[in-house]
Amino acid sequence: MSVVPAEVLPGSALAVDEQPVRQAAELAPRARLWPSMAAVYRAQLSRARVARIPLLFVATFQSVGILIMMRGVVEGGREAEAVVAGSAVLVVAFVALNLLAQYFGQLRASGGLDHYATLPVPPAAVVLGAAGAYASFTVPGTLVTAVFGSLLFGLPLTHLWVLALVIPLSGAALAGLGAAFGLLAPRPELATVLGQLGMSAALLLGVLPPDRMPEPVRFTRDLLPSTYGVEALARTFRPHPDWAFVLGDLAVCAVVGVVSLAVATWAYRRAAVR
Amino acid sequence: MCAVRGLTKTYPAVRGRRGAPAAPEVRATDDVRLEVRRGEIFGLLGPNGAGKTSVVRQVTGLMRPDTGTVEILGHDIVRHPERAARILAYLGQESTALDELTVSLAAETTGRLRGLPLREARRERDAVLDELGLTPIAGRPLRKLSGGQRRLACFATALVGERPLLVLDEPTTGMDPVARRAVWSAVDRRRAERGTTVLLVTHNVIEAETVLDRVAVLDRGRVIACDTPSGLKEQVADEVRVELVWRERAPLDVPEVAALRERAVESGRRWTLRLGPEEARTVVATVTGGAAFAALDDFTLATPSLEDVYLALGGAARQGLVRV
Repeated sequence: MSVVPAEVLPGSALAVDEQPVRQAAELAPRARLWPSMAAVYRAQLSRARVARIPLLFVATFQSVGILIMMRGVVEGGREAEAVVAGSAVLVVAFVALNLLAQYFGQLRASGGLDHYATLPVPPAAVVLGAAGAYASFTVPGTLVTAVFGSLLFGLPLTHLWVLALVIPLSGAALAGLGAAFGLLAPRPELATVLGQLGMSAALLLGVLPPDRMPEPVRFTRDLLPSTYGVEALARTFRPHPDWAFVLGDLAVCAVVGVVSLAVATWAYRRAAVR
Repeated sequence: MCAVRGLTKTYPAVRGRRGAPAAPEVRATDDVRLEVRRGEIFGLLGPNGAGKTSVVRQVTGLMRPDTGTVEILGHDIVRHPERAARILAYLGQESTALDELTVSLAAETTGRLRGLPLREARRERDAVLDELGLTPIAGRPLRKLSGGQRRLACFATALVGERPLLVLDEPTTGMDPVARRAVWSAVDRRRAERGTTVLLVTHNVIEAETVLDRVAVLDRGRVIACDTPSGLKEQVADEVRVELVWRERAPLDVPEVAALRERAVESGRRWTLRLGPEEARTVVATVTGGAAFAALDDFTLATPSLEDVYLALGGAARQGLVRV
């Protein structure tokens, strides 16, 4: 079906081409970080419409269900603060950690990473774009859970604006962890297991009030990055929040976010060239 | 344009575990040597598992060879695999990264990740979708398309953001003739206008004969021949392919038919024979007359194809190549 013989092509000189090319040809430009990150983010966000909306409902219903269930056990005060904050951050853990780990695990196993690996895009753009999109998916569910929980337990809505910091920072920490799990796990099933375990830990250690936990469990709770998002949010329900502690907790989320996203980027680079 | 020398890649042996059988060491590519010239459509032909995809994954920098060199337009791809993405566009066999995007967004995003500014990415997207006749389904997610349409949409993403070399791994799998024609005319247009080079993986013999300028035949990781399709066919020009299809089974009670059996490649009711022209005439005369004719359903007599070349060169897979 090909009708153009190679010999008549413009600039083609087959005989000359037999000799090695002396001068290396000019390379096409690289895709720059921000525009390519924006492109990945937008593409990932559009996937939500096709595939993710049912899961976002599941994430929200799960947290709302926990709130209703705990209403019968917890009266109010510190414990109520912990339950509401824990359920709200649980939405972030479900989507950013669990679903992103599954996504990258499947992408890696099916060879889908080849598509990105053969485009001149910085690894960080792929990881950050996807992590950002998954963190964004959590916004509606987290808001709904936090508002519903505050009303249910009679907590003030005054400082809920702090979610504008809690969601992106704990989102960064948990999405980074999820991406790293997905890209480092040798098999996609293992990525799913790690994501589920991470979410279960966030559920058990984040929602339950810490005061009644035994010492080793409390230590594990301190190791979990989602804990600091929960603590930051819980502190703001008090009449006079201690903002220094809130900022401190958020700073921990930010540091974990930077480190885990850096690890995920390294893992992506490693997974892309096998 | 693209020179591959001594490319060797061995997958290590896998020790058996519970539920997973042991696998011996596999040599995916074995001292592969290729020279692709500018502006040609160069094909890698072979059955499944011959190492075609392994070769292109090493050429595109996705896989590091154990030994050997890959040089594209003067760049050493083994040493700088990241440069491959700035020289070539690759269409792999998998589309999972794009499956949940619409055709339009898949093409636009790929263009942007290939370094195009937004406006240019959209302009090229529209042009390519129009060229390939994908505009009517531009708003549908790839996952919801038929296999051939999805493949065409993936091919479209490979064309957004011009590259001097296109590496296409079985681009027309599952496509109907209209889509195939769209692919090859898009390739031809780029060749005529910009001198684009194409490295194509295929196991389709007819496609290889009609679109390729030169072809390397791969078998078990080795290049067993490399020439133009007609040059390769000259190697077996003194042979004719006779295909016999029996109604139920071969009439082995006819001595002439029984004698042919050991030279035939059997595939169900079909026998394939490669014979000299004189001998072929005798066989046809035998089976179209007398007792054998009653058992014969159909027969064809054909000049050799690349499949015959593959078999004549000692290709191990008896039925790996496809004639569609």
